[in-house]
Amino acid sequence: MNKRKLGRGVTIVGAGMTRFGLFKDRDSKDLFAEAFTEMLGSVDRGVDPAEVEALYIGNFSNDYFARQSHWAPLIADVIGLCPKAATRTEGACASSALAFREGVFAIASGFYDLVIVGGVEDMSKRTTEEVAEGLALAAAPYESRAGFTFPGVFGAVATAYFDRYGARREHLMDITIKSHRNAPLNPKAQFPFTIRDAMQAKAESLRKRGQPVPDWKDEKDFLRDPGVNPMVAWPLYLYDCCPISDGASCLLLAAEPIARRFTDDPIHVIGIGQGSGRGFHGSSDLTTFEATRHAAQEAYAMAGLAPRDIQFAEVHDCFSIAELIHIEDLGFFKPGEGYKAVSDGQTRLDGPKPINTSGGLKCKGHPVGATGTSQLYEVWTQLRGQAGARQIPQADLRFGAAHNLGGTGGTSTFTILERR
Amino acid sequence: MTTRPFSDVVYHQFLAEEKLMGSRCNHCHARYVPPRPLCPRCLRGDLEWEEANGRGRLVAFTCIAVAPPFMAAQGYGRKKPYVVGVVELEGGGRVDARIEGVDPQRPEDIRIGMPLKVKFLHLRDVEPPASYLAFEPL
Repeated sequence: MNKRKLGRGVTIVGAGMTRFGLFKDRDSKDLFAEAFTEMLGSVDRGVDPAEVEALYIGNFSNDYFARQSHWAPLIADVIGLCPKAATRTEGACASSALAFREGVFAIASGFYDLVIVGGVEDMSKRTTEEVAEGLALAAAPYESRAGFTFPGVFGAVATAYFDRYGARREHLMDITIKSHRNAPLNPKAQFPFTIRDAMQAKAESLRKRGQPVPDWKDEKDFLRDPGVNPMVAWPLYLYDCCPISDGASCLLLAAEPIARRFTDDPIHVIGIGQGSGRGFHGSSDLTTFEATRHAAQEAYAMAGLAPRDIQFAEVHDCFSIAELIHIEDLGFFKPGEGYKAVSDGQTRLDGPKPINTSGGLKCKGHPVGATGTSQLYEVWTQLRGQAGARQIPQADLRFGAAHNLGGTGGTSTFTILERR
Repeated sequence: MTTRPFSDVVYHQFLAEEKLMGSRCNHCHARYVPPRPLCPRCLRGDLEWEEANGRGRLVAFTCIAVAPPFMAAQGYGRKKPYVVGVVELEGGGRVDARIEGVDPQRPEDIRIGMPLKVKFLHLRDVEPPASYLAFEPL
């Protein structure tokens, strides 16, 4: 592995995001304006927006979802950047991780000193069926033509994983329960409630309607109830799937030599990797994503770190099974061991390797193009000790990472950040 | 056997003719189904068409209860789920296909590794008519 290095250091000196959710009365530029405003407020010593030199914006498919293409200049206009350069990147669900990467390279090359990177998606103006059809545009063409949906692709991955390693549906429930435990602690989350909260709310609504309330004995018993948690694509059920969301997120990147003009606590980009993968027809092993393994190797080599050095991570849990695959592909756990580690509590907020402290895509929401930079927002927030109720209790956080997956494994990125 | 381009369009034309066809590299002899315009190992376009024998085994599957529009139009969905899977072909290549002849209501009974044989599905009442790859238990 070639240990590629950045030409010069790049840091994150500001971060902002909207709450993720369904915002019927706002579109992408309105959402990005909110994320941008929060980002400006997050810069410890402030920033004059006139100093920003360029924008890189990730967006998957507003063309389809909002019937409007060419969002980069529209967003540049809203944040007062015109006539400076604005570029859109597309990598399905990894679109804004690609925007981040372009911004990092632009600064590392010495061309720019200060850029905004971010992402946005506006999905709630279409029906669920239309959104599903739009998302399927990012699958491999043979998959969608055979009748695979996005949940279907990951359902098939789950059957292959279960068959090889002996995991069961109950192990996926442990991931869902864990993510829902983190979500109420995140004010940006679309679903800020625990599974136990959902149980109580469901019981109350049944009682109000005079209907019998099942006697669920625990969270898993509740999740086994098809009246609450219907099958979407075997062995995945509703609570295994991330929701449809609107939202925006952005980061302010600064060249390392000028970072301290903005803050005494910049977060350094020390590892950055990206990979490409084939669909099912080109993969000999469905329990791993080759793109993720490649991205991780690149990032670890650049940072000079091993998986054990990463203290916490956000990973792309578009479906519960995906989180399992990723924590193994990223080297946090051996192949076939991830589900045992999850069920053992190792990935909880108070465990030795917290995963998706934000609640993940499952609970925080997944406005496709906004997800990548929102994951980095979470890592930035945790490293700076500003995560409030969901702050990781380990003292002296130094290394955190974010993993973003596009489509059915076609694009994957892994980014390692350091607090110095 | 033919010099038609090694494209997805021709692959689907062959499905309509009830033939499961792939590309065989004349240089390294690797076979790909669906076909590829270049052999991904040698990056050469010296290829020939080869028909798969239609037998394979199931490597992954799912039962879909929330159907995409083209499947919903055929009546599939929550009340009538359907099975799709990944099939490893004898002689090389992996394909995505519908799996017929198994019970979509009892996915826990469907076994990874089960031997399958090809079956072609033709939708004549859509415009343009379409053919789909399917497999059923051998």
